[in-house]
Amino acid sequence: MILLRVLLLLIAICPLAARADDDPFAGLAGGYEDIRRAVDALALSGNPHAEPAVAALQAGTLFVAPDRSLWIRQDGTLTNARTGDPGTPDGDLKRVRVNNAVRRSIEAAMGALTLFSHDPARRMKAAADLFAQHDAAALPALDRALANEQDPAVRTALQQARAAALLSAGTAPVPDRLAAIAVLRARGDLDASNLLASLSGQPPAVAAAASAAVTAIARVQQLWALVQAVFYGLSLGSVLLLAAAGLAITFGVMGVINMAHGEMVMLGAYTTFVVQQVIATSLPALSGVGVLLAVPAAFLVAGAVGIAIERLLIRFLYGRPLETLLATWGLSLALQQAVRSIFGASNRNVTTPGWMSGAAEWGGLTITFNRLYIIVFAVLVLVALMAVLRFTALGLQMRAVTQNRRMAAAMGIRTPWIDALTFGLGSGVAGMAGVALSQIDNVSPNLGQGYIIDSFMVVVFGGVGNLWGTLVSALTLGIVNKFLEPLAGAVLAKILVLVLLILFIQRKPRGMFPLKGRAVEA
Amino acid sequence: MSRTATTTCLVLVLGGAALLAVLNLALPADAPLHVPTYTVSLAGKYLSYAMLAVAVDLVWGFAGILSLGHAAFFALGGYAIGMYLMRQIGTRGVYGNAILPDFMVFLNWKQLPWYWHGFDNAFFAIVMVLLVPGLLALVFGWLAFRSRVSGVYLSIITQALTYALLLAFFRNDMGFGGNNGLTDFKDVFGIPLHLDATRDGLLAASAVFLAVELLIARYVVTSRFGKVLIAVRDTESRTRFLGYRPEAYKLFVFVLSAVMAGVGGALYVLQVGIINPSEFSPANSIEAVIWVAVGGRGTLVGAVLGAVLVNLGKTYFTGALPELWLFALGALFILVTLLLPDGLLGLARRRPRAAPAGPAPEPEPAE
Repeated sequence: MILLRVLLLLIAICPLAARADDDPFAGLAGGYEDIRRAVDALALSGNPHAEPAVAALQAGTLFVAPDRSLWIRQDGTLTNARTGDPGTPDGDLKRVRVNNAVRRSIEAAMGALTLFSHDPARRMKAAADLFAQHDAAALPALDRALANEQDPAVRTALQQARAAALLSAGTAPVPDRLAAIAVLRARGDLDASNLLASLSGQPPAVAAAASAAVTAIARVQQLWALVQAVFYGLSLGSVLLLAAAGLAITFGVMGVINMAHGEMVMLGAYTTFVVQQVIATSLPALSGVGVLLAVPAAFLVAGAVGIAIERLLIRFLYGRPLETLLATWGLSLALQQAVRSIFGASNRNVTTPGWMSGAAEWGGLTITFNRLYIIVFAVLVLVALMAVLRFTALGLQMRAVTQNRRMAAAMGIRTPWIDALTFGLGSGVAGMAGVALSQIDNVSPNLGQGYIIDSFMVVVFGGVGNLWGTLVSALTLGIVNKFLEPLAGAVLAKILVLVLLILFIQRKPRGMFPLKGRAVEA
Repeated sequence: MSRTATTTCLVLVLGGAALLAVLNLALPADAPLHVPTYTVSLAGKYLSYAMLAVAVDLVWGFAGILSLGHAAFFALGGYAIGMYLMRQIGTRGVYGNAILPDFMVFLNWKQLPWYWHGFDNAFFAIVMVLLVPGLLALVFGWLAFRSRVSGVYLSIITQALTYALLLAFFRNDMGFGGNNGLTDFKDVFGIPLHLDATRDGLLAASAVFLAVELLIARYVVTSRFGKVLIAVRDTESRTRFLGYRPEAYKLFVFVLSAVMAGVGGALYVLQVGIINPSEFSPANSIEAVIWVAVGGRGTLVGAVLGAVLVNLGKTYFTGALPELWLFALGALFILVTLLLPDGLLGLARRRPRAAPAGPAPEPEPAE
């Protein structure tokens, strides 16, 4: 509590503080020079009515009555500037005029005055502004504000602003400066570091403490950057996971190379667009949850298209993976062109609902909400997928068909129907991925193409037929990519990841978590 | 793959190219049979595509390697010759710099990057056209075949390879002109490129190179080596148990095929006059595969036929009905794989023997 004591001492010795007892308002009724002095005095008075009065002066709504009482007119009602009580003055009111000198004083005063505002958010902002200015002249006002401050967050901000001002003043005793450096070091952001680095002409002890603090802050910043990179990596990984989860079913479980998988994602994104349009025209009340409604819709649309593809095309090509690859590639071209013909070649605008936009700051970490929701959504989708495979009759039958088709058929499972449903499930999941991607990517006919190679790499890297492997692989690739980005740049990082993957597949052709047993010898 | 089909194809390619060239050169522009230079270049482009198709057919039809990245070798060959052509521009560029190509001056580069040295020499550039795709195929194939990456996995990583190259060549820092690629060429071997006679000569060269490529490919696949290759394609493990080393056979044919694709790319760039990163796009490689599928996989001649027919269709559709081209191409992929597994040549032959020369049916999925 040395700091507090120092502050109290400062308040005591501050010569300006003594004027607070006089009537600082009196000058406002006088000439320009009187007004200017009054504004300066009010700024430092700590009087709760000072701020509205100066604000009114700035806005031109401060009036003086013949008895020299001061009144603020707001929305047609008058309040006494000194007391804040409503009332009716005698005689004609005269507007208090300002000149440029007064305006300058007002501007300087408003920064300090908002320190005494009733609204903690405004006090917080004032403290932040003063921190940025780190002007030694603000010290007395800061001291007074600190003495009255109850809100702990604002208090911290005020102390930081005070420390900045104190260091800039260059007149405070060395222990005070060291204390101020400690405060800035605790703040630990780039502003604090810049301020500490810009100090000059300090005694050796202070300079040493400042440079130590700069190093410490840099270390903390590095740590935050690391955490931020992990978050970005998780975010990219979740996108990859969403894009690859459906493929993990169709390619991983069924062994079907569906090059039109990206187009299922694209269909999901366009479904989101259509749902949004329908809601905007017929159900505006639901516009906030349009994205949520789009999830099942996209699942159904993409799933239905998937079932149609399986019944009409893929079932004729079982056992011929390379031909499947070519046919589904052709299908993807046709689907892209179909969407381009229907919706046009340009990007479609999918709006992000309010609850999904914005960002939270936590220390040095910035978390954008849409990315966060996509991470959560990806995890939910994967969990749901695993639950379906594990706990439902359909999942049981799928696994049975995967493990031993003939035996499953002998047990009365309609294997062709299960094939279609499995493919529909994988495609439906891709459609749900499209809903998420519509929030962060351009909804265009080429949306899916950008993900198809990545998705295959994720599934192959994780080990075919293994959902956990897909999860680990997507997150690993995402994080590795984001860690390489600062070192090599975004494009080079992606190239490096691709090359590493190619090399990895040479080492372990069946991925990180290969299925064991005879089933793999396809 | 009969001898007569190959002969017919050679005659058609060489004769057709010669005919187009003569009709372009000998007849005045207003004669009814005059062939415009545009058509000559177009035909030359088709023939260079046909070289790529033959290269794809060699690995896919005879070694069972479905490469979805063969356009990468094609484009690398194109870039190698493109670098030579860039150096030939000399002071005639927009910035008039004798050493640096325009885009380097634009990017404020002071020196020629090391990998551009030597490309002012035509012989060096031609060696590079063969060497660069060949080396990449050697390294990539050695890694892939040694660890027995095969089938779909191989297809996916070849696609990743060309995708990585696509991204890399888009970067300005790579020193290959970034997004715009290499273009604005002036002359080759001292002969101005814009002359009609040069165009006709290039078409003739394409026809000759394609013919040589076909003959080499045919020699390879009909030799003893080719028999083992087909055995590897049909049952790789059985061939291995018989004492052969499938990876060596695959690697050889993969490298040969990459070199062939590179030559095709070089001739392509000479006739189209531009090479940019979009040539690396995975879609191009897959399109090359469908040319082969349309003509008939494992026939070599079919690859030429498919490449020319599909590209004729593409030229027509993208000009007359651009909306429908992707539908048509997509339908072509689907119909050919579903209904014409042996391609047009297979249809024409009407299966002379009992079993088609396709791969052995693989086990049903997930069993």
